[in-house]
Amino acid sequence: MAEHQALYATDEYGRPFIILREQGRKVRTHGVEAIKQHILAARTVANIIRTSLGPRGLDKILISPDGEITVTNDGATILSQMEVEHQIARLLVQLSKSQDDEIGDGTTGVVVLAGALLEQSEALLDRGIHPIRIADGFDRACKVAVEHLDKISDTIEFSTTNTENLFKTAMTSLGSKIVSKEHEKFARIAVEAVMTVADLDRKDVSFDLIKVDGKVGGSLADTTLFKGVLIDKDMSHPQMPHTVRDAHLAILTCPFEPPRPKTKHKLDITSVEEYKKLQEYEKEKFTDMIKRVKDTGANLVICQWGFDDEANHLLMQNELPAVRWVGGPEIELIAIATHGRIVPRFEDLTTAKLGRAGLVRELTFGTTRDKMLVIEECANTKTVTVFVRGSNKMIVDEAKRALHDSICAVRNLIKDNRVVYGGGAADISSSIAVAKAADEIPSIEQYAMRAFASALDSIPLALAENSGLSPIETLTEVKSRQVNEGRSTLGIDCLGKGNLDMREQFVYDPLISKRQQYLLATQLVRAVLKIDDVIIAGQAED
Amino acid sequence: MSMNIFGAEATEEKAENARLSSFVGALALGDLVKSTLGPKGMNKILQSASTGEINVTNDGATILKAIQLDNAAAKILVNISKVQDDEVGDGTTSVCVLAAELLRGAEKLIAQRIHPQTIIEGYRIASAAALTALEKSAVDNSADPVKFRQDLVNIARTTLSSKVLSQDKDYFSNLAVDAVLRLKGSTDLDHIQVIKKVGGKLTDSYLDEGFVLDKSIGVDSPKRLENAKILIANTSMDTDKIKIFGARVKVDSTGKLAELERAEREKMKAKVEAIAAHGINVFVNRQLIYNYPESLLAEKGILTIEHADFEGVERLSLVTGGEIASTFDRPDLVKLGHCDLIEEIIIGEDKLIKFSGVAAGEACTVVLRGSTHQMVDEAERSLHDALSVLSQTVKETRVTLGGGCAEMLMSCAVDNEAKRVLGKKAIAVEAFSHALRQLPTILADNAGYDSSDLVSRLRAAHYDGRSDAGLDMNQGTIGSMRKLGITESYKLKRQVVLSASEAAEMILRVDDILRATPRKREAV
Repeated sequence: MAEHQALYATDEYGRPFIILREQGRKVRTHGVEAIKQHILAARTVANIIRTSLGPRGLDKILISPDGEITVTNDGATILSQMEVEHQIARLLVQLSKSQDDEIGDGTTGVVVLAGALLEQSEALLDRGIHPIRIADGFDRACKVAVEHLDKISDTIEFSTTNTENLFKTAMTSLGSKIVSKEHEKFARIAVEAVMTVADLDRKDVSFDLIKVDGKVGGSLADTTLFKGVLIDKDMSHPQMPHTVRDAHLAILTCPFEPPRPKTKHKLDITSVEEYKKLQEYEKEKFTDMIKRVKDTGANLVICQWGFDDEANHLLMQNELPAVRWVGGPEIELIAIATHGRIVPRFEDLTTAKLGRAGLVRELTFGTTRDKMLVIEECANTKTVTVFVRGSNKMIVDEAKRALHDSICAVRNLIKDNRVVYGGGAADISSSIAVAKAADEIPSIEQYAMRAFASALDSIPLALAENSGLSPIETLTEVKSRQVNEGRSTLGIDCLGKGNLDMREQFVYDPLISKRQQYLLATQLVRAVLKIDDVIIAGQAED
Repeated sequence: MSMNIFGAEATEEKAENARLSSFVGALALGDLVKSTLGPKGMNKILQSASTGEINVTNDGATILKAIQLDNAAAKILVNISKVQDDEVGDGTTSVCVLAAELLRGAEKLIAQRIHPQTIIEGYRIASAAALTALEKSAVDNSADPVKFRQDLVNIARTTLSSKVLSQDKDYFSNLAVDAVLRLKGSTDLDHIQVIKKVGGKLTDSYLDEGFVLDKSIGVDSPKRLENAKILIANTSMDTDKIKIFGARVKVDSTGKLAELERAEREKMKAKVEAIAAHGINVFVNRQLIYNYPESLLAEKGILTIEHADFEGVERLSLVTGGEIASTFDRPDLVKLGHCDLIEEIIIGEDKLIKFSGVAAGEACTVVLRGSTHQMVDEAERSLHDALSVLSQTVKETRVTLGGGCAEMLMSCAVDNEAKRVLGKKAIAVEAFSHALRQLPTILADNAGYDSSDLVSRLRAAHYDGRSDAGLDMNQGTIGSMRKLGITESYKLKRQVVLSASEAAEMILRVDDILRATPRKREAV
């Protein structure tokens, strides 16, 4: 095997210089061969998730090393959970992740597009075009496409009262997920959640204020949106009241226990007096703590730590319902929601630092002891919790992911209210524009641009294929109608509604999501095309 | 045209293979549990591989939990049956069987080259139609206490008829209804304590009108006490350590040690005094009570019960109306529990404490007897199923009819809907109705009747307008379920249809199974 041998050159006396030392199992591929292998790997990944694209796309089951099951349709989740070893395939995983982090939606589309671009470049490589020229051509084409997207985009109007357009976008984003069973409900929840927390002046949506929580049981239709915070905890003493009206919350991050200094210390008891003193001190400490809380006028205690049994009983005796072991992020959320301050020491507790909520109540579920606590009618109305129900664990998890995607889609519109039309309409239109622009280019890049145009077609093709339509026929029909009628809103009619106009079907995609897809995919393809050598260091043989 | 991009041993099953694998898994599971369905269903023995322990059961959730599975689709079915158990408590077999039947129908449709998404659309239409029909047929008797009680008893009878308790179902259904009604609307089944004691026969089981605690009375205490004032506590009665962090005793002479020890005793004594100051004659603690405080309390004529676990204490507080106390400085603020009589009773060979004539009575105790461990265990599961269903029915008071009646009703409604659906979806809608009809079929099959004959007659009866017709499993004929009193909870049936169709949809949507390398475990 040539690859296993050391690479060397000889000097004028015929003595070898070792350039690359022979190593047990070093693997090296280079040149066009390497690029082609990379392309193949990328296409394999793209092919796996291609069938998940669009409203008729299908799901994947992912089995973790421990046998845990995830059923999902979300590109980013599929890619991150499948165990990919290949280097280039991993790049694609990163690609969908960055789309997920930046935009939150369109994670499948971006990988399919990248796969298609690489597939196209393979043909160009065969023709002997240099990879960098291909990449340059793609860049130019991408610029054209993005400019074209700006041109065909429409601005949609929405306001706090009229959210119809946002709702339509959420519907589009949810169309491909299992929650489409309760399509409208989830879309409404997503829109309401975003609109509640959105800061329309700053065009910003703080995701910290939206909490998505789930619990198995019931069905998807039982999913609800709480204007407030939901925590998976119950009152610390079974006999504390289960509802608190007009609650004043003391939010504490110190345990109801005698204070313990952070430095290591020892306290030696050497005499009876000391023993008794300590005993007194301990007792006093407890009463003092409760008194401090009570004095501020609080009627509900939220604590990050545990309580001593005695403290617990004292709390209950003093009619102070309390919740213990509330996690860090949740306690922050409660503080934000109720305009309370998180207080680290009892001494610092004052009335001004208490949070306010209209109603705090316990929810019970099914036949198990599960209880959850809802804090509603908060001082700060800008916190929401979506509580997802479903008949099994997998469906709840998937619904949460779907909801996240649609919340992102709505958020994107608030940031930038321009939309393009889905169902492949924007892609087809851009493809036509790029193909047209290609003819005006005098250099070799013309080929690359044409290739880019055909790669753009891959998204409508996949959509048509997944919907059980004959892909090429459908695409050509739509394309010709777009050119002849000059309507960039025509797309693939995935749901068989008999109308190709995506504007009339209200299939909206945020412009920034689509643009990001093009930019990210092109960037990745360039990176892959630029690699011409892979050296995997051999592992030392056992 | 593809290459391996996965890690070693990671596998991928695509398209047809993936579907095949999920269908096979789900159907196998459905077939496995379907023989336990219905009043004439059979039991299964589950034997643990490690301990060899044997479990005889008829409860779907219990069976499914015990099986170790490697199939993704089957795992989804196990999960829905578990959720059904948590949510409603019964119908765990039905939900699994219905989901499997839905998939069986879908498999045929996919073989006819119908797109899974089209099937899903059809199933959605069908399940919506089925649920509307179910809702329409549901009856709410909660306004009339006598009728409602009858409903509850009927539901309990229906649930228990398929279980080991079926011979004594009248007895147990009344018992379960009484137990649930005492909770006064709470669905927390922890408040119903089930004490299992081997020995005697099943009908020796009873619902105690008081409350039984599976603990023994402290050594020096009297074994019988009338007009008890009870303090329920959760406090340490061993040494009552100082809880200040880092505190420890350091002395330089034995004399001082003795002094300290005395101080410690005094502290305990003070605590006992404080407890006694509540004017009680019974002291129940969640934690241990050491001999010293025990003897002190006994001197004061206070009966002590130690080590009552957390649920025990909580139930006791519910029953007697006392609160669980941990500090004893303010006797005026602590609510004490009351009961007329505390006595030690003996069931079989074990001594238990019985609290009778309790004040609040929002919890209760069922004592189950039976000839073998397996029998008692299974009786507990059956009773738990019945109790869960009842407690849910108290919350959602609507009821429907059992014996395959509700299924047939839904099936007919779905069939009617199918006639109005355009396109290929209609075939899927029909498949849904067929799957619903499988439930009465399996019921009849399990009882050894001619299922095709019975089910077609049942269908005819429903089309004839006899919407309360169902299978009379004792006669092997069609009968009016309303007259026979075979009733089921609406929530249960609704949840079965919802869960099964959601799960079937989920499995149908899959076209790819990606399995990561199994984590290597050290052999135990």
